[in-house]
Amino acid sequence: MFKWISYFILLFFICISCSNESVNEYVPTPSPLEIPPFFQDNILAPVIPTNNPQTVEGIALGKKLFFDPILSADNTQACADCHAPENAFSDADRFSDGIDGFFGNRNSMPLFNLAWNYDEKFFWDGRSFGIEHQAFQPVIDPLEMHNTWVQVEQKLQQHIEYPNLFEQAFGTSTIDSTLVTKAIAQFERTLISSNSKFDKHLLNEATLTPEELNGFNIFMDETKGDCFHCHGSDKNPLWTDNMFHNNGLDATFTDLGLGKITGDPADNGKFKSPSLRNLAFTAPYMHDGRFATLDDVISHYSEGLQNSPTIDPLMKKVAQGGVQLSAQDKADLKTFLLSLSDFEFINNPAFSNQ
Amino acid sequence: MRNIFPILVFSFITLLSCGSDNDDEVSQANVTFNFDHNWDASPVTNSNFNTIQYTNANGEELSITKLRYLISNITFQKSDGETFVLDGYNLVDVTNNTNLSFTPTTTIPTGTYSKVLFTFGFNNDANYNNNYPDLNSATWNVPSILGGGYHYMQLEGKFIDNTTTETGYAYHAIRALDNSGATQEFQDTFFEVDLGEVTITHNATFEIDMNIAEWFKNPNTWDLNVLNNMLMPNFNAQVMMSQNGQNVFSLNTVNQ
Repeated sequence: MFKWISYFILLFFICISCSNESVNEYVPTPSPLEIPPFFQDNILAPVIPTNNPQTVEGIALGKKLFFDPILSADNTQACADCHAPENAFSDADRFSDGIDGFFGNRNSMPLFNLAWNYDEKFFWDGRSFGIEHQAFQPVIDPLEMHNTWVQVEQKLQQHIEYPNLFEQAFGTSTIDSTLVTKAIAQFERTLISSNSKFDKHLLNEATLTPEELNGFNIFMDETKGDCFHCHGSDKNPLWTDNMFHNNGLDATFTDLGLGKITGDPADNGKFKSPSLRNLAFTAPYMHDGRFATLDDVISHYSEGLQNSPTIDPLMKKVAQGGVQLSAQDKADLKTFLLSLSDFEFINNPAFSNQ
Repeated sequence: MRNIFPILVFSFITLLSCGSDNDDEVSQANVTFNFDHNWDASPVTNSNFNTIQYTNANGEELSITKLRYLISNITFQKSDGETFVLDGYNLVDVTNNTNLSFTPTTTIPTGTYSKVLFTFGFNNDANYNNNYPDLNSATWNVPSILGGGYHYMQLEGKFIDNTTTETGYAYHAIRALDNSGATQEFQDTFFEVDLGEVTITHNATFEIDMNIAEWFKNPNTWDLNVLNNMLMPNFNAQVMMSQNGQNVFSLNTVNQ
């Protein structure tokens, strides 16, 4: 009997020894995203990788890195140079010039509400999965910052402040590219835009003009704008489906877009639907910035469509060039679209270099 | 060695006791619904999309570029009228190969059911009285000026029109609304699909077929040259879609 009791006691201690050991491990300060109530009520939760939770220290580090030209090979270019806060983190130039004076062939994408890109496909052609992965690319792109990650890591490691900031954000002062992109991604996830006039209208805090209301109806009318199938509605504050479409820009393609990434000819000429938020700040428009004004964009859908094998079936009356909106409808649609612009977002000091 | 033997026996019995209980299996069953698609018996998956290879009842050659649809209100009905309505709805997305299989969280008692039903789309209560963040996120809404609520189906593709031009079509099913008069006139276009009598003895998997060709066939021979786009505000087109949908679904097998 004594032996059996001994066995039980032994087993008991073995079980107890399995519990988590408490070690004084450094934990940065959690800083969960502040999800706007309208987002909370109407769409799915944002995507936050479990291996990169939002923290006060991580966000602050990411912001510093975002505005710091140290990431570029010659210390002349920061992320913010082509993703400027006043342009809703886009570039007013059609194509951005890199440190060597070379230009890419796509317009810089605006940055906001990125955590709600549920499929996590980033860039106009969706070639990067996840914000962290996206952030790897501009640093080493010869047309952009033209650096190497080894060099970036060395410069940051030798910097007077960064090792300590990484220590605070991630519990290690040993800097590597993964932690750099994690910090930048944390900052980018905080770039939430939810305070446009139209947002306030939905919360009964602002009144739309008759022109803006008519423009919204044109947007939602399948026989007129029919914008909602790809750009969402008053129930989806993202104003994009984050999917890829050929919207009839060209009859033949010089840039295959998604098709170059997937290798599927059925994807040729497809690019991601951009959000229609903040259009007041994000000109020029389309993946290649070909349209300088919103009037040009609306005219394209109204009478400028080009047929091609992969044009989206939702592009209607292609033979006539589009849905032939009246001048008044075009003007009203434009006023509605501009009501989606969020001046508080571009003026938010938390998002500016200060 | 003699001391180790009782420990081994004890450990073995302890481990055995961790097995899951199967006591309830005889009375409650999980049901799974798999959705398969064909064009007049020729299987269709997203790998068949984007190529003009089908011919509809009106003789138009066409392709499919997108297909997603909503089913809801799965109901098991006994001959005495007792019903079991399973929670949830499912947005079948053939384009992205997602939600082709749906297992409601609710279980049902084993036994014989005279009817197994589901709703194509949403009934009016579900369509208007709830807000669905997952469907909103999937841009599945219907604009208020077109009646509000949610889409029932989006079937899109290209067809060769009567000028031999490749033209897009967007066969979108919603609740029919006539906006032409002084007051809005609605007509219900969701419909119940009856899979017939089924005896559930264990966890069961229903293999449900959708014959996509039927959307263009019976009783209305669909002329894509006339009805190819802007169909959501087209009251008559919505009613015709609902009529043609009656023969679209069928039960292939129940595996259990």
